Amino acid sequence: MRLIQSIGEWFEARLQLAPAIRDTVEHPVPRATASWFYVFGSAALTVFGMQIVTGILLALVYAPTAGEAWNSLQTLNHAIPMGWYIRALHGWGSNFMVAIVLLHMVQVFLFGAYKYPRELTWIVGVFLLLMTLGMAFSGQVLRFDQDAFWGIGIGASISSRVPVIGPWAVHLLLGGPIIAGATLSRFFALHVFVIPGLLIALVGLHLLMVLKLGINEWPMPGRIVRKSTYEKQYHELVKTDGIPFVPGAVYKDIFFSACILLALGLVAAYFGPFGPSGRPDPTIIQTAPRPDYFFLWIYALLSLLPPEMETPALLIGPVVAILALLALPFVFGEGEKSWRRRPIAVVSVLLIAVALGTFTNLATYTPWSPVMNAWSADPVPPAFLEHRTALERQGALVFQLKQCHNCHSLGQEGGKRGPALDNIAVIQTEDQMIRQVIQGGGNMPAYGRNLSPPEVTALVAFLKTLHPSSQAPAAVAADKAISQNAPPAASGGKP
Amino acid sequence: MTMPESLSRRAMLMKVGLFLNGLVAIGLAVPIVRYLLSPLLRIRKQSYTQWLTLGDIAQYPAGETRFATFRNPDVTPWDGKTADSACWVRRIDQQKFQVFAINCAHLGCPVRWFPQSGLFMCPCHGGVYYQDGSRASGPPERGLFEYPYRVEEGKLLIKAGELPTPGSPTALVKFDGRFPCA
Repeated sequence: MRLIQSIGEWFEARLQLAPAIRDTVEHPVPRATASWFYVFGSAALTVFGMQIVTGILLALVYAPTAGEAWNSLQTLNHAIPMGWYIRALHGWGSNFMVAIVLLHMVQVFLFGAYKYPRELTWIVGVFLLLMTLGMAFSGQVLRFDQDAFWGIGIGASISSRVPVIGPWAVHLLLGGPIIAGATLSRFFALHVFVIPGLLIALVGLHLLMVLKLGINEWPMPGRIVRKSTYEKQYHELVKTDGIPFVPGAVYKDIFFSACILLALGLVAAYFGPFGPSGRPDPTIIQTAPRPDYFFLWIYALLSLLPPEMETPALLIGPVVAILALLALPFVFGEGEKSWRRRPIAVVSVLLIAVALGTFTNLATYTPWSPVMNAWSADPVPPAFLEHRTALERQGALVFQLKQCHNCHSLGQEGGKRGPALDNIAVIQTEDQMIRQVIQGGGNMPAYGRNLSPPEVTALVAFLKTLHPSSQAPAAVAADKAISQNAPPAASGGKP
Repeated sequence: MTMPESLSRRAMLMKVGLFLNGLVAIGLAVPIVRYLLSPLLRIRKQSYTQWLTLGDIAQYPAGETRFATFRNPDVTPWDGKTADSACWVRRIDQQKFQVFAINCAHLGCPVRWFPQSGLFMCPCHGGVYYQDGSRASGPPERGLFEYPYRVEEGKLLIKAGELPTPGSPTALVKFDGRFPCA
């Protein structure tokens, strides 16, 4: 014991760090902030530390070249003891990190912590969020598989739409005219040196400001932030009702961080590493690239925006969003902090969460994508073929062979790009069907050039059988309306 | 007699030192910036605007659309499989072809050809194109990208050294002064 103490004293005599460390760990915090709501920042830091450790471990084996990266991941997964587990920890750590950073941001927003004098802390936090997302994307690229390869292509296509400098931006992003060796090398440099370096520096700044300005006090409804009085009130609060950070508040941080690490370890062990999916071979096109979880909502958005809206939304949307986040502490730097008195803030968070959740959910089953193998995989269900004439069955074959099934479902089988056709005969008359098949429209290709007249006749004969047995097809209703010399009410249009 | 601080040797050397540092910084910045911008400088322009062969035209039957692969003109030994690219070759008649980039004009995913319905379909966001490459439906704002081609000594040649993107659809064509679709 005495030996340890004397060694400690030897170092302290030279470093003289003890007072500074003591001041830091014992800095007073308002008693109410020793709360379970205040643990997300430290948890994000813990997971970041974990990412650094597992990242370095992976770098011991990973080969950052386009030719060998995929092979080295296979080696990690299958040949190196626990290599799969380190990959799983790093991949899931990325998901955990994004999730915790978002939770931290929501908490800080709802508790009004971005208000005076912590504007800069918030702004640095916004950049930390962007860099976290940058790490998530560049990390996905380093998992150099088919998803990564085509994912970079999507990034390049988006960048190319920037006016004037777009094509140059693409070449800078790719390191050349195509996605190849130079592309992976520069994403490696970004993921391993550039962004982590900036992250570490900004995390340091972020923490320094938390220490210098003090942690945001628990917001009380009616306690208004004023620039002229805030600092005095805060110091008063800390003096009258403050506790030292260690041990007063830190135990909850430590406990929560341990829970997060435990959860990460278990999730990584149970679910294993992400991919890699197929080899990044541009000549293998039997692939349906998907982004990683946290970019799925963008994937959905890009599918659902009308074509003419897309470029403006892609280029202006992120700029507006980031500027809004940066402007927030300046526009709303004073006033109520408590979320109980900020209904618009609460509704905004809920709205964004619901929107992101909905888009993410949609992207997990991609109703907008044709099911590329539906025509060769799922046959038309037998129920649709019973008691049908030869011509109608021929139509079912046309439906299958001409890939209609890739976009239209029958009995829940097939694509969801177009409407399900189970009851199409109730909705459209024979003439409407023929016109729709031949001319297309409403986001359907025109089949006029690719279907012979007998094929159209057979197909429409089959489509006319698609109605519930209790309900007459639309054609009959229309005929009836015409015969009664009345406007064709029941003939309907497109749904 | 005392001199004002601003005229002292110390202040003088400080200014000269800062000036020299600035000079060196600029001197170093030039090569660094040039290095960083090297993908833009197109010093290898010749190598990636050259004609690439897609093989004998006999392997592309008239009236059909076939899958073809080629090696990029500008490769490094560590590119691995990414040194290769793919495209769709549509032979209209004896001498007329259309060579489509594999990349969807929306966001670059690989489109697949379905000869039965005569459509290209994209698995990502649902873009669909007709056999002549024109847009049929979905989010793309335009038809498929086309590579410039020519037929020489029974071989089909294309220019395809650059990833086509919506902002730069076959930028290479600009060097020829002609557009393939025009």
